[in-house]
Amino acid sequence: MLKIRNLHAMIDGKEILRGINLDIKAGEIHAIMGPNGSGKSTLASVLTGNEAFEVVEGTVEFNGKDLLDLSPEDRAREGLFLSFQYPVEIPGVSMTNFMRTALNEQKKYRGEDVLSASDFLKLMRDRKNLVDIDSDLTNRSVNEGFSGGEKKKNEIFQMAMLDPKLAILDETDSGLDIDALRIVANGVNKLRRPDNATILITHYQRLLDYIIPDHVHVLYNGRIVKSAGKELAHKLEENGYDWIKKELVG
Amino acid sequence: MNLSEHDISLQKLFDTNRAFIEKDAAAGVNLARVKAAEAFAVQGIPSSKVEAYKYTNLQPWFKSGFEQAYGLNGYSADDLKTFECNVHEMESHTIFTVNGKFVEGSSGHALPEGVVAGSFLELSQKYPEIIEKYYGRQAKVETDGFIALNTMFAMDGLFIYVPKNKVVEKPIQIVNVLTGPSDLMVNQRNLIVVEENAQVRVLFCDHTLSMSRFLVNTVTEGFVAESGMLDFYNLQNQHNGTVQVGGYYFDQEAKSQLNANYFTLHTGITRNNIFSRLGGEHAENHISGLYVIDKNQHVDNFSFIEHAVPDCESNELFKGVMDDASTGAFTGRILVAPDAQRTNAYQSNNNLLLTDSAKMNSRPQLEIYADDVKCSHGATVGQLDENAMFYLRARGISKEEANILLMYAFAYEVIEKIKVPSLKEQIRQLVEKRFRGELDKCDSCVVCGQLGTNLIKAN
Repeated sequence: MLKIRNLHAMIDGKEILRGINLDIKAGEIHAIMGPNGSGKSTLASVLTGNEAFEVVEGTVEFNGKDLLDLSPEDRAREGLFLSFQYPVEIPGVSMTNFMRTALNEQKKYRGEDVLSASDFLKLMRDRKNLVDIDSDLTNRSVNEGFSGGEKKKNEIFQMAMLDPKLAILDETDSGLDIDALRIVANGVNKLRRPDNATILITHYQRLLDYIIPDHVHVLYNGRIVKSAGKELAHKLEENGYDWIKKELVG
Repeated sequence: MNLSEHDISLQKLFDTNRAFIEKDAAAGVNLARVKAAEAFAVQGIPSSKVEAYKYTNLQPWFKSGFEQAYGLNGYSADDLKTFECNVHEMESHTIFTVNGKFVEGSSGHALPEGVVAGSFLELSQKYPEIIEKYYGRQAKVETDGFIALNTMFAMDGLFIYVPKNKVVEKPIQIVNVLTGPSDLMVNQRNLIVVEENAQVRVLFCDHTLSMSRFLVNTVTEGFVAESGMLDFYNLQNQHNGTVQVGGYYFDQEAKSQLNANYFTLHTGITRNNIFSRLGGEHAENHISGLYVIDKNQHVDNFSFIEHAVPDCESNELFKGVMDDASTGAFTGRILVAPDAQRTNAYQSNNNLLLTDSAKMNSRPQLEIYADDVKCSHGATVGQLDENAMFYLRARGISKEEANILLMYAFAYEVIEKIKVPSLKEQIRQLVEKRFRGELDKCDSCVVCGQLGTNLIKAN
């Protein structure tokens, strides 16, 4: 599904990603962990097309297409989704209008029929139940006045609405209390299918108690320095990241 | 000061036509012309050297080369029979003016007994006591050359009188049409009197129906007596060859409410002079505006809120979305009189500039002579939020559509203030159309949801 080869990216003249290689297949859940400043969020931003970052080298293939060649909206329409670490508040744009516009534009791109108003509302209801989000949130402006937890739940709701092939959850667990974390994890697990995939970007192991990854990668200084199964996450939780730094030096 | 050549030509135009102008007019209205002509001789049309007109120089435009509209400019009132310009779904009482002149045959909802809404020319003669009490009281000829000019030439327009305790539930919609084969100057005069505990909603729609150039200098005076309520809307959708000075002079007594909302969706040059005097305790007003302009269009909203007595509240919100090389200005003058304690006055002006060449001048002017006052003002000029833009695009929404969503979101705060739901929906759609560029080529009555092309006389 996703093939990243030797990806280098910079912001403000500073190289943050220094040669990332990663393969993700349908049906898989990958966790990307690493200390602060290692480049985790940059990787998410570069994959979704944030123009603040400049890709200087490398390729990214997404379902056979050159991802880096696509605009942010076309990446989304191809089935890529980012759950933002800091979802943006947009006063004046209603959640309903936002989701309807997004969903219909994606459908048009794929040559599918747009949803009728009643089918759309039905889908909204259905997806709200699936991710256990308060009904009231979708009647408001996008993220406006939402608490931190509500914003993260809202990201998962949008993911449920848009049904992406590959979802990147950028520190969706940070700042969540245990109840909200369960709701978020539940949503992700329910949406899991053999034909989609998920990348969990996280600093902590806790989320991985609820969403069991197939692969865990450690990102350090802009490179993936270690990849293993889910047991790696436990080891990181117990021992921190210092042993990896030592291994690299040694 | 020295009058310009243009001013002198306007004076001559007045002198030459004075007998005709005064022939059918009410005595009180003619009496006011004497003072107006004197005042005009002192002021003339203000140039940009006059501080209040610093950002909008109208002097080159106002000259007698434009024929003054005394009649319908080749337009027949019969044509209005085919013309239905109601806001969709809105039940209203509808009145037309063509080139500032009232046209017989208003339609729609009957007005409650005692309420009148019709020709200024006719009703000003029928109600001399109202003319004597109110005419020219708030729009003072000596304060502005445009008021003086209007008061000299004023013949017709709208006269709305809502007696004590009367409530007009359905809005009164006034459709001001500018049309005809030749370029015109129009001095329309409107008077709205809302007596004690009475209520009315008034919507003025300003349109152009032919490609002639128009100079419009309108004066509207609105008086709201104790516990009265006036809900006032102005929707402007005129072609780029229009220069409009809209003067709106309100005076409020105790416990009265005024809501005044200005939507400039298409224009050439617009200058709104919005004055409101809070003259009775616990009076309140909400004045808002939205201007969406592009190309070389220019909009200048000049407001002056006078807190003359204690315990009043005023709220002002003006927002603009400016594209291409459009230019704008906002002045928010607030005067709090020495005894006007416990005044609350809030003001903000926010602008979205879509290009580097669009330009906005925003200036708050607060004069506060009382000490127990809550006053706030704020002005912003900015671009679309890039983070919000990326967020929308990351969900699959195109850049163009994201632009429209964000512009609309910006404008929504003003649209939200409209109190008539059907009108709100209509304006919401119009603003969205405007953002999509679909109102761009408008020279007809798109605002009312109907093409008016059949009304354009062959040029």
